[in-house]
Amino acid sequence: MRLIRIVPDNTKFRFVRFRRVTIPFSAAISVITVILALTIGLNFGIDFKGGTLVEIQARSGKADVGAIRQEAESFGFGTPEVQEFGNSGGVSIRFPIQEGGEEAQGTVVQKTRDVFEKDYEFRRVETVGPRVSGELVQSGTLGVVLAIIAVLAYLWFRFELTFAIGAIIGTMHDILLTVGFFVITQIEFNMTSIAAILTIVGYSLNETVVVFDRTRELLRRYKTMPIEELLDLSVNSTLSRTSMTATTTILSLVALVVVGGEAIQGFAQVMLFGVFVCTYSAMYVSTPVLIYLGMRSARAPAPAAPAPASDRKKAPRPAS
Amino acid sequence: MLRYSKAKIISILLLTLLGFAYAAPNLFSETTRERIAASVPSWIPAWIVPHRAMVLGLDLQGGSHVVLEVDENDLIRAQVASLREDVRRILRETRIAPQGGIVALPRGLQMRVPSEADRQRLLLRLNELARPAGNAILGTPGNSTINVSEGADGLIQVTLTDVGVTDRVRRAVDQTIEVLRRRVDALGTTEPNIQREGAGRVLVQVPGLQDPQRLKEILGRTAKLQFRFIAEGGANPADVDMIPSRDNAGQPVPVERRVIVEGEDLTDAQPAFDSQTSQPIVNFRFNLRGAQRFGQATSEGVGRQLAIVLDNEVISAPRIQTPITGGQGQISGSFSVQQANDLAVLLRAGALPAKLTIVEERTVGPGLGQDSIEAGTLAIYVASIFVALFMLATYGLFGIFANIALVVHVVFILALMSLLGATLTLPGIAGIVLTIGTAVDSNVLIYERIREEAHSGRSIISAIDAGFTRAFATIFDSNSTMLIAALILFFLGSGPVRGFAVVFILGILTTVITAVTMTRMMIALWYRVARPKQLPF
Repeated sequence: MRLIRIVPDNTKFRFVRFRRVTIPFSAAISVITVILALTIGLNFGIDFKGGTLVEIQARSGKADVGAIRQEAESFGFGTPEVQEFGNSGGVSIRFPIQEGGEEAQGTVVQKTRDVFEKDYEFRRVETVGPRVSGELVQSGTLGVVLAIIAVLAYLWFRFELTFAIGAIIGTMHDILLTVGFFVITQIEFNMTSIAAILTIVGYSLNETVVVFDRTRELLRRYKTMPIEELLDLSVNSTLSRTSMTATTTILSLVALVVVGGEAIQGFAQVMLFGVFVCTYSAMYVSTPVLIYLGMRSARAPAPAAPAPASDRKKAPRPAS
Repeated sequence: MLRYSKAKIISILLLTLLGFAYAAPNLFSETTRERIAASVPSWIPAWIVPHRAMVLGLDLQGGSHVVLEVDENDLIRAQVASLREDVRRILRETRIAPQGGIVALPRGLQMRVPSEADRQRLLLRLNELARPAGNAILGTPGNSTINVSEGADGLIQVTLTDVGVTDRVRRAVDQTIEVLRRRVDALGTTEPNIQREGAGRVLVQVPGLQDPQRLKEILGRTAKLQFRFIAEGGANPADVDMIPSRDNAGQPVPVERRVIVEGEDLTDAQPAFDSQTSQPIVNFRFNLRGAQRFGQATSEGVGRQLAIVLDNEVISAPRIQTPITGGQGQISGSFSVQQANDLAVLLRAGALPAKLTIVEERTVGPGLGQDSIEAGTLAIYVASIFVALFMLATYGLFGIFANIALVVHVVFILALMSLLGATLTLPGIAGIVLTIGTAVDSNVLIYERIREEAHSGRSIISAIDAGFTRAFATIFDSNSTMLIAALILFFLGSGPVRGFAVVFILGILTTVITAVTMTRMMIALWYRVARPKQLPF
């Protein structure tokens, strides 16, 4: 059987050489993302904005979106966002948060049920009051920040500070671009999106750590190799693994996007985007940034360097 | 390293079998699972025999998730009111009249007692009110629920402390959970989940409910029932409350402030039909104390109107024809059958200690849940097939090993979730699909490393050995960072998102076991049998 190789063996791409292009490019995109997020803004779901979301499905299989919109607007609960989805008469209606505290939200659901229950099946009703949505914003932000700090600490402990900072820069880049994806596609940003972002944080670090792990090993082995060459070698020697894992993950996510159902589609699309960004940033952002962070090979002309000795321990020897 | 002892092989196989056994109940129907559980002899701990299936989250099986918040201000008001009663009693007993009476503060009271002797006498008694908060054993001294302080010009302030308020909220949540449990149980739904959330909130999850609006009505009602006389002309206005009346189209009627009997003295309440008007009514029965008070009051008040006040609304005000001494009575109030039914439920379950507000509601209909399960299951199959084919095409025989490990990995996740009674949510299914993609990562790391080692001139056995050893450090570090992100998601998220975190955490743990231990064993056995001269990829 002839087996596939996505990446040929012993590639010698010079990834790091592009750093004068890729790093300013990534920085620019990150800045643009921030600007977009501040001007256009994210399409916050009711988790963070509060309000009421109702998903209904026409019992007849055919929804009259125009009539629903007209009807919903006449309720006087502010301007509802009415959207059709799927192809079996599914409609989602989103009402903004109501003045008058927590109790006021309940009347929206009551009214909607009274009017539409006859012709539509209520598939989902969600109401989030102002207090809860405020807390969700806090805990969501806290989560992302905590994750970054915790991972920084872990990498500092397992590697060294330069690596930790490089990895975090790459991860922040991935988070920012993902947020940018949310802004441009206007996919609803809710608690599940925070889950997607944290998963991307995990994936991004996973990618970076695999490369850095190799860098750490090569630094011990080749004490005199110029750092650029060494970093290129790190990326090249992990390249086939990186592309393999990206492929299997993408295959799973494509399955999720295509057949996973509407409720999870947004999540899967964001993750799919995230995998591409993480794969790019591990090669072109977090690795070359190590140079700017001052990483040198054979930093210390080290009279007492125990590293080679420990490496020799793993020298080839027959298996026992 | 590639030599596996028989004991080790057997234990790995046994572990895999256990995984399949504990995952199996997910394929059975609920009745089969119950039959298995029932047939377990009592001397065996129940969990040893696999009978549990994963709990489906509300987003998959349909149901309502409602978060209610205890109204802190309502509690503070009630507490300040009772504090005022206590202070009044003490003032009466000590025969001290403060200058200008008792003045209300947002969280307490203040009064002015210019006489030094009186003030000291009063302070001594007031300090008795300040008892330690919470558990007397755990309550650290100084953490009193009430703070008594002395200001300039004979000013005395009695205020609720933060500790006191927190303590009261905590107890109110406990009581609320009790009451809500009785109410929800009366609805006859299966396995409702009612638990504390945060300091002042209660989470109610009711799966598979037909009428979520009714659930909210039953949860949110305070259900404070009082029997009071309608005030007659010439009553002192200070002793009269104006309360809206249902009979009177919502117009307030004068009701005496004095409460004859309250809902807590009820022992039973049942819906019924009035024998004359065939209107739905609620029959109730008092306990001994309630019966005595009610009997006495109705004897004295023949001919007067008795107001039945529910949550600050007069629902009816019948005229007393004869003294009611049997401790039984009925409430009529132009109810529908369901209203009478619900009122009986609420009265039996008791009143809430404070007003509850719904701060979050998420309801999923059963249709959507079923659709999500079907779509999610399909995604799991499709993703598995994609990934398996790809691994086979890339690594050949080693790909098959990785695929076997992948199947075991998914089975382990399901088994652990069933064993732990964890909840499978829609994002959880997405998590399973995602870990199918990432689970093979460990294998890929190992295989690529083996390849590299072989290319650098090692013998096949030494390459395999070095591949596993060297890749392990990378697997450990990369999975640890993933785990950190997943753990934070677990502690932070709630509901469906937490379900995703659970799957992801379990996925990371099992992938390390299956990819490292299991594939290594398969490769070792293969090597022993086939004695290959070169790697199959």
